[in-house]
Amino acid sequence: MSNITLDSKTPSGPIETRWQNHKFSMNLVNPNNKRKFDVIVVGTGLAGASAAASLAQLGYKVKAFTFHDSPRRAHSIAAQGGINGAKNYKNDGDSVYRLFYDTVKGGDFRSRESNVYRLAEASVDIIDQCVAQGVPFAREYGGGLDNRSFGGSQVSRTFYARGQTGQQLLLGAYQALMEQVAKRTVELHTKTEMLDVVLKDGVACGIVTRDLSTGEVTSHGAHAVLLCTGGYSNAFYLSTNAMNCNVTAAWRAHRKGALFANPCYTQIHPTCIPASDEFQSKLTLMSESLRNDGRIWAPKNFDESRPAGQIPEDDRDYFLERKYPAFGNLVPRDVASRNAKTVVDEGKGVGPLKNGVNLDFSDAINRLGESTVRERYGNLFDMYERITGENPYQTPMRIYPATHYTMGGLWVDYNLMTNVPGLYALGEANFSDHGANRLGASALMQGLADGYFVAPYTIGDYLSGLLGQPAVSTDDPVFTQAEAEVNDDIKRWTSVNGTKSCDYYHRELGKIVWDQIGMARDKVGLEKAISEIPALREEFRANVRVLGTPDGINQSLEKVGRVDDFFELAELMARDALAREESCGGHFRVEHQTDEGEAKRDDENFAYVAAWQWQGGSTPQTVVKEPLEFEYVHLTQRSYK
Amino acid sequence: MDLTLKVWRQESSTSTGRFETYKVPGIKEDMSFLEMLDILNERLIEEGNEPLAFDSDCREGICGTCGIMINGQAHGPEKGTATCQLHMRKFHDGDEITLEPWRAAGFPVMKDLIVDRSPFDAIIEAGGFISADTGSAVDANIIPIPKAVADSSMDAAACIGCGACVAACPNSAAQLFTSAKLNSLNLLPQGQAQRWDRTVNMVHRMEEFFGTCTNHGECEEACPKEISIDFIAYMNRDYVKALRKNRKLAGQVFP
Repeated sequence: MSNITLDSKTPSGPIETRWQNHKFSMNLVNPNNKRKFDVIVVGTGLAGASAAASLAQLGYKVKAFTFHDSPRRAHSIAAQGGINGAKNYKNDGDSVYRLFYDTVKGGDFRSRESNVYRLAEASVDIIDQCVAQGVPFAREYGGGLDNRSFGGSQVSRTFYARGQTGQQLLLGAYQALMEQVAKRTVELHTKTEMLDVVLKDGVACGIVTRDLSTGEVTSHGAHAVLLCTGGYSNAFYLSTNAMNCNVTAAWRAHRKGALFANPCYTQIHPTCIPASDEFQSKLTLMSESLRNDGRIWAPKNFDESRPAGQIPEDDRDYFLERKYPAFGNLVPRDVASRNAKTVVDEGKGVGPLKNGVNLDFSDAINRLGESTVRERYGNLFDMYERITGENPYQTPMRIYPATHYTMGGLWVDYNLMTNVPGLYALGEANFSDHGANRLGASALMQGLADGYFVAPYTIGDYLSGLLGQPAVSTDDPVFTQAEAEVNDDIKRWTSVNGTKSCDYYHRELGKIVWDQIGMARDKVGLEKAISEIPALREEFRANVRVLGTPDGINQSLEKVGRVDDFFELAELMARDALAREESCGGHFRVEHQTDEGEAKRDDENFAYVAAWQWQGGSTPQTVVKEPLEFEYVHLTQRSYK
Repeated sequence: MDLTLKVWRQESSTSTGRFETYKVPGIKEDMSFLEMLDILNERLIEEGNEPLAFDSDCREGICGTCGIMINGQAHGPEKGTATCQLHMRKFHDGDEITLEPWRAAGFPVMKDLIVDRSPFDAIIEAGGFISADTGSAVDANIIPIPKAVADSSMDAAACIGCGACVAACPNSAAQLFTSAKLNSLNLLPQGQAQRWDRTVNMVHRMEEFFGTCTNHGECEEACPKEISIDFIAYMNRDYVKALRKNRKLAGQVFP
């Protein structure tokens, strides 16, 4: 493969004017010409649904694909806490600049300033757009919108809809999408999974899909392809992601030449319910808004056996409040998570398996009354009780970190286009805005910013150059060959006829990833992962058992290809983590920490994006570096003391 | 605990289904119901039998993908709980549990416990939206919305679209789903411009697929989000009004 240099296409000039000027300098497509362009959108979560709806409103011919039975089921729906918007409705000093500043700093200086500034600008428009669609955000008695402060933020800029913000935002975008489906401007394909991206002369020209109901493999051609397919937390097997979340679309694009950036940047969410045993199929996240009123503590004594309520104050260690007096329980996610891990590793964990710490609401209940606490967190408390059988109004919740979000993803330029012309990545599927750590309530913001307010502009610039060219026909040999490869894969999986289930191998892979590429990483562990993962993968390929036929619903067949992709991705995560000889945000190398145990960056040598290029599978990927420059937010060691 | 499962197996939408009986020993009470089925599937695969097909995704009770008739109850015995959030501590050692797909003409069975719920999308397509093209919005705080109104809209919008209401209804009616979706928009100031068209169009589309409401109230009992059947009354009220208003708006005299 050829050596490539990355052009981020980041505009220059004062940061406040960059996006404005960039929009003006881009070419437009005449309204009458827009209908001549076909655009494929894969995934219908916040990024996909908002992009598909917005592009269709503009007049493009859109085909939207989801493997779910309805676009509304995408995993964005599970986001609980809220969405940031720099509205400054609280008059507490918030601004676009402050949200930009907080996001760059929170990301531990590993994101692009220009992208982040644009994200902060778009945050304001997103709130307006969602309210216009009828998203029932929480309101105050005066009828105005309510805000709260959220993980790591000293201003109240988070808009929310009870504990179901992701659900309400997704329903807004889904409903906008369905309006376009009704108008026949979007052709919607549900229960249809993308299995390959098709390139002609190095340019994206369509996709190959499998109909999950009939098993039929089909090609779809277009002028541009948008991957809005989410993150890869399920490489850990146990994560808070939905069971079917996968990296397949992004990974197949990677295998076709799209660079995969910063795969080692994974986020561990501090407030999840600890696993109860081996049979656990996934972990449940509880919104970190709980940290606004709950106090995190662990017993001071190793052999503590009293129930939480009977442990006197003197025998409790409120370790976040003790170590970080300014931010207390609201320190960023990575800091909160690592501290919980330290406490549990020391043997001071709580619960039957001693694998959690307490999140205690007794002070909040005394201060605010049970009814106020119920109003704020009622659904979360109910959910906790359903899962654990314990009542959090009476005993503290037990929490422990779990993988939740992945900052890494397909490399994209300022226009959200990958290095493959015509192939875009939006939302969690790209790497662009969160650096090495994402702030709370920023995932929803980024998905919607990309879909509503960035891609609809930047795609026009690309498409304007293709005027007069029809989309590549699906009779073209590039499509027939891609289809044949997909069919060969399907045949291969169904004929292995080994002895163990796909879930078995996924679970075993997850153990390696969690142990060696989890919250704390070191050279020895990463090298171990790099040798163990390929060995397990070979066993998986030779010994997995996929029963049933390919020409109908076959959930084992759906899983097996996804798990195969997780194997390859996990190996790259380890290589990326090994190469990054520093700690930053969610990437914590044990060898690189301050005397106080905090992440220690190495800006001189590692202030870059590591974008990995596929080399054919038998040879490991090689890295292409995009240097990061900080003109506005000065590089400092993060401190939340 | 040791359990016996009587499970509906059906190869495809065109084949005939039947109950199969499986013994599932060694289940722990902290497991979720779907984790119990995961274990059954691992065993079936080991034995060389095709695993049971069932839908699930978030396993947090919010995506609405899962849904099983458990002993004749949609989502099983725990009130306000989707199948994925049901835990085995609600069952006892030695129980025999019957598992069926949603049963409704509007939701044809596709395989085992999986049904086709696309008619719900069709109802949304008919009018379950507020038209607000991207970029056209005014500042979010320009329209004050009384807290009670926003709360009521949110109560309706909490619907996860799982289809339990239809499965629980003796008439396979979809009034609870449709009214929840309709009222989440009709209650808001932003939803007024399309209110009457939305009401008529969604109700008519619903009637293409589903039965008639006869006020059994089983839907509210089965709903994992405990959505109130009051919304059905509001929908009926709006439907009657809509027929009159739409004619007036079109310049026709009400007969």
